[in-house]
Order: sequence, then structure tokens, then C-alpha cells
Amino acid sequence: MANKILDIYELKREFTMGSETVRALKGVSFEVEQGEFVTIMGKSGSGKTTLLNILGCLDKPSEGKFLLDGVSIGDLSRNELARIRNQKIGFVFQSYNLLARTSALENVELPLLYNKAIGARERHERAVQSLEAVKLADRLGHLPNQLSGGQQQRVAIARALVNQPVMILADEATGNLDTRTSYEIMALMQELNKQGKTIVFVTHEPDIAAFSSRTITLKDGRVIKDVKNTNIASAAAALAALPAQDDY
Amino acid sequence: MNIINIFSIAARALLRNKLRAFLTMLGIIIGVASVITMVAIGQGSKQSIRDQLTTMGSNMITLRPSSNATVGGGARLGASSLQTLTVEDVRAIEAKAQYITNVSPAVSTSGQVINAALNWPTQMQGVSPGYLDIRQWKLQHGTNFTDEDVRTANKVCLIGQTIVESIFSNGEDPIGKYVRFKKIPFKVIGVLEEKGENAFGQDQDDIILAPYTTVQKRLMAITYVQTIYASAVDEQSSDLAVGSISDILRKQHKLKAGEADDFTVRTQAELISTISSTSELLTVLLTAIAGISLIVGGIGIMNIMYVSVTERTKEIGLRMSIGARGIDILLQFLVEAIFISITGGIIGVLLGIAAAKIVTAVFSWPTLISESSIILSFLVCAITGVFFGYYPARNASRLDPIEALRYE
Repeated sequence: MANKILDIYELKREFTMGSETVRALKGVSFEVEQGEFVTIMGKSGSGKTTLLNILGCLDKPSEGKFLLDGVSIGDLSRNELARIRNQKIGFVFQSYNLLARTSALENVELPLLYNKAIGARERHERAVQSLEAVKLADRLGHLPNQLSGGQQQRVAIARALVNQPVMILADEATGNLDTRTSYEIMALMQELNKQGKTIVFVTHEPDIAAFSSRTITLKDGRVIKDVKNTNIASAAAALAALPAQDDY
Repeated sequence: MNIINIFSIAARALLRNKLRAFLTMLGIIIGVASVITMVAIGQGSKQSIRDQLTTMGSNMITLRPSSNATVGGGARLGASSLQTLTVEDVRAIEAKAQYITNVSPAVSTSGQVINAALNWPTQMQGVSPGYLDIRQWKLQHGTNFTDEDVRTANKVCLIGQTIVESIFSNGEDPIGKYVRFKKIPFKVIGVLEEKGENAFGQDQDDIILAPYTTVQKRLMAITYVQTIYASAVDEQSSDLAVGSISDILRKQHKLKAGEADDFTVRTQAELISTISSTSELLTVLLTAIAGISLIVGGIGIMNIMYVSVTERTKEIGLRMSIGARGIDILLQFLVEAIFISITGGIIGVLLGIAAAKIVTAVFSWPTLISESSIILSFLVCAITGVFFGYYPARNASRLDPIEALRYE
């Protein structure tokens, strides 16, 4: 039986805004097993972002059960949450969030700097390996402003991979990219997934969801649809099907 | 999270903003450099004043007779008419007093000094050979008289520059010549170096020195001495020397425990302390000005760190999302602040020393770089870094990662 990476049961999250209580999540339950490529979809206001924050251990649920790789997150302190984020989760953001004026290599090394078990040599080696995995081995010394959007996002993915997380958590990771580059990123994601990485991908674009193995749809703080995708589209094939790039 | 990583994170963050780091440092650099330069100038002027005082005989002790005895209508007698100090007192002080290097009695009388057709009204002072050392006077040429001259009341003298100019024609060598003072011929054996006027406008070169026995016996026909001069080992022991001399004189004069002294002892200490306190005040003032600039530098650090926390909110959010704990963020910002202030401090110290040297070289002001000012300003720097860096750093560490990540 495959390892359960996420085990969520009746998850609730409420915010108090002045005198009003906003119930962003009203009882969400699902499980994600190792090696799955899950997309979470939903309109804005569906509780997608709140769920993402909780999955990323940036926020804690008000109620309900959340086990990440067998660890119950609800009971952890701020510092323990930071350690979980450091060692079990790889974040990929919509706006890349690379440190400016910092080389690709140093950006990728960043998570390892917060892990005291890893020395300088291993840090460097693993950062180089990660960048090789996203096919940026020739851009180690480049600064973010010398890279295209797609390349920057690949650096961000390398940064998410470098700490060998149990799950890659992507938040609208293709939101800032054109179709071609989006497909490139999705092809990379699919490749990583084939290598066994668990990926949770938050998006609102259905065509992106088509590349995943499972789609969970949220609405008004509840799961309204949770379907296995039997017919997974290949991003590499979609990329090849795009018309040749215009030269201008 | 180990310390090396914290340092490399902070160093990378600073290197990303070299100009900003440098500008922040500039406040500290100027602050520290001005502290060191100002203190060096203050200390230097203090030292040079002290040195000058020492060459003026700042360790000199003067003894004069004093008395409550009155004449006729109740008027008290002045020191010059009292005859209570004797050569025996001088001998006793010489033999027993501690913290004393030289003792000399002094008697003086005025009259005309005559060389051939020229004459000049002046003073002849009868002293012992040690007097020159007490006053820190030097001979321009010739020799000092000796104890033997004192014992035999020899008619030899040392003359000041004013005398040379007044009764000797240009180019004439006074050494070996005879001058007459109150009809008695004195052989000139030495010429004193020019000293100019003293602080009260008196010409210090208008003087003739002779053995005190000669002046006592041959000119004044007295046995007492008017003044006793002594020199303490150094300025600091002046007070101890005064105590020692007082005890000996009270014994010599057979004064009972309750009786007032029949002499007064004066040191130059008051003069020294007045001048020292003036230059001390100068040092304090300069240090205060410099200290203010150091505080301004510190506030500069705080300001930059604050701006930096706001500006780097997103970065902080990212760092937190990839596993930085609050303490990691706190330490990063703190190390950045300390790094800025320490580096600024080092550069400031070097610049301050250089500036002090330049001040000496260009304006020929004396400067004295004291280790204490270096250590102090350096410590202040480090403390400034921690103090002004802590608050913004703490704010940074308390940011909510979700909010911070959303921050634009």
C-alpha cells in the first residue's frame, strides 16, 4: 500500500474579521498518496488559498485532522512548522519569489542554509543537481533578471526540489507564464511526478488540471468534486502540438 | 541552523545591497572616526600643555615665611620682612624630606649692574647650584657654579640674556668678564638661555644668579633666607612632598601641635589642575560632539534596518516559507546590523587615526591617540549595532509568513 502523504479529515478554518466570522473551510476531507499529481481547483473565494496555506504548514486549521507524512500538524509550534516546511515541503509560487541580485545557484541553496544537518559542500552539490534536474545546469551563475519567466520558475522548482521534500506544493505556478512556457513547466512537473514526486498543484485553469492524475474541486469551503483522471494529457505532447514559435 | 549559515546568509544579504550597506556604514564610520580624532586632539593638547608646564617647572614647590605677628598698629608683616627661614631649614629638608629632588634657598636684592661704561638696574638672586634644575632653566654657555663656590661665597655669577644685551656690546663674550654689582666685582661664568616673559609679563631674563652665601654675606649681610625652592620628583607627588616638607619645617621651628605654620608652601599644582581641567573640558566637549554623531550613525542603522524590513517583507516571507524560523530571521537582521556597525567601526578607527595624523602633519596640532578611545568607540559601535538592530530585527522575525508572502 502506498504511503499517505496527506491525510485530511473534516478540516475547518475560520477567520474572525471584526465581529464577523468567516468560515473559509467548512470541513474538507481527502487523502493524497505518494506519487500522485493532484490539482486543486476552485474559483476565488472557494477556500483554495486557505487550504493551500494549511497544506504548506504556513497556517493551522481551526478544527479537523491534518497529517502530513504521518505528522499531525495541528499540534506543532511555529518553529516546528518551520522545520516541516524546510524538510518536507517544496514551495513553488506564482511570482517565483527568487531573491533579487542573487545567482540561481544561491537561490536554490537557500532552503539548505536553514537546515543545519547539511554542510557547505553537500549544499552546493545538491543545488547543482537540482538545477540539472530542471535543465538549467548552464545557468548556475545567472541572476534572476538575466533569466526568462520560465527559467525563473524552473529555478524556483529547483529550489523546491533541493531539500528532497515529500511533496511539491505549487500555487498557480503557471499563472504568470504564456501557454508555451506553461506547458514546459507542466512537462517538467510530469517528469518529476514520473520520478516519484508527489505534487499538489493549485490552479484555476482546467487545461492545466488535465495534466494531473487527479483533480479536487473546491467550492464555498467544501470539496464538490474529487475525480481521478483516467486520461492524463501529456504536457510534452501538448508542447509539440503548439504551432512553431513565431520569429520576430 | 548553525552560526556559519547565519553569517553567510547575512553576508549574502549585505552583498546584494552593497551601496545601501556602505551608506549605512558611513554614519558609523564618520561617528567613530570623529570620536577618535576629536579625543586625539583633546588628549594631545592636554598632553602638550602638561609638557610645557613641566618645562616651566610644574613640580616646583615654593616656601615662604608667614606669620601672624603684628607690629605697631596691628598690621601684619609681609613675607619679605620675616626672617624665620634659615639655611639650617634648607639643610634639614635636603637631608630628610621625601619625594624631593632638589632644594635651594633664595635671597634676592636689587641694584645696578655695571660693566665698563654700561649699567642696568636688575636683581641678583642668591641660590644653590640645584636652582637651575628646579626652575628647568638651562645654560646657553659657560658653567654653573658649584657647591664649593657656595661654601667659599665665591664671587661668580650667571647672567640672563637681558643683562647680556644691556651691559655687553654686540658680539662681546661675557664669559670670564667681571661685572660689578653694588660695588663688588663678580666673574661671569655662565649665560642663561633666553626664557622670555613669564605668564605675568615679567622678564625672566633680567636676572643675575650667584651663590646664596655670596649674596647673604657680601651684599645683604643677613643669615636668613627669603624663600626656599624645592622640586618634587614629579607633579603627582607634589602633595606628598609638601606634606613631608611641612613636617620637617614644623619640627625645625619647634611648633606645637595646635600652632599654625609660620611658613606657607605653594605648589604649581593649582596651575596645572586649572589648565588640565580646561583641556579636560575641551576633551569632554569634543567627545560629546563626536558621541552625538555616533548616535546619529546608530539611528541611521536603525532607520535603514526598518526600511529594510519593510522593503524585504516578501523576502522574509519567502525565507519563512522555505523553513526559516523566527529566530533565524532575527539573527540574520541582527548580524547584518552588527556587521555593518563593526565594519564601519573598523574603518572608522583607521580613518580616525589617519585623520589625527593628518591634523598633526598639516596643522601641527598635537594629537594623542588613546587606546581607550579606540576600544570605547568600538564597543559603542557593537552595542549600537545590537541596540538599533534588535528592534527592527524582532519586528521582522514576528512577521506572519502568509502576510509577508502576499506583501507587495
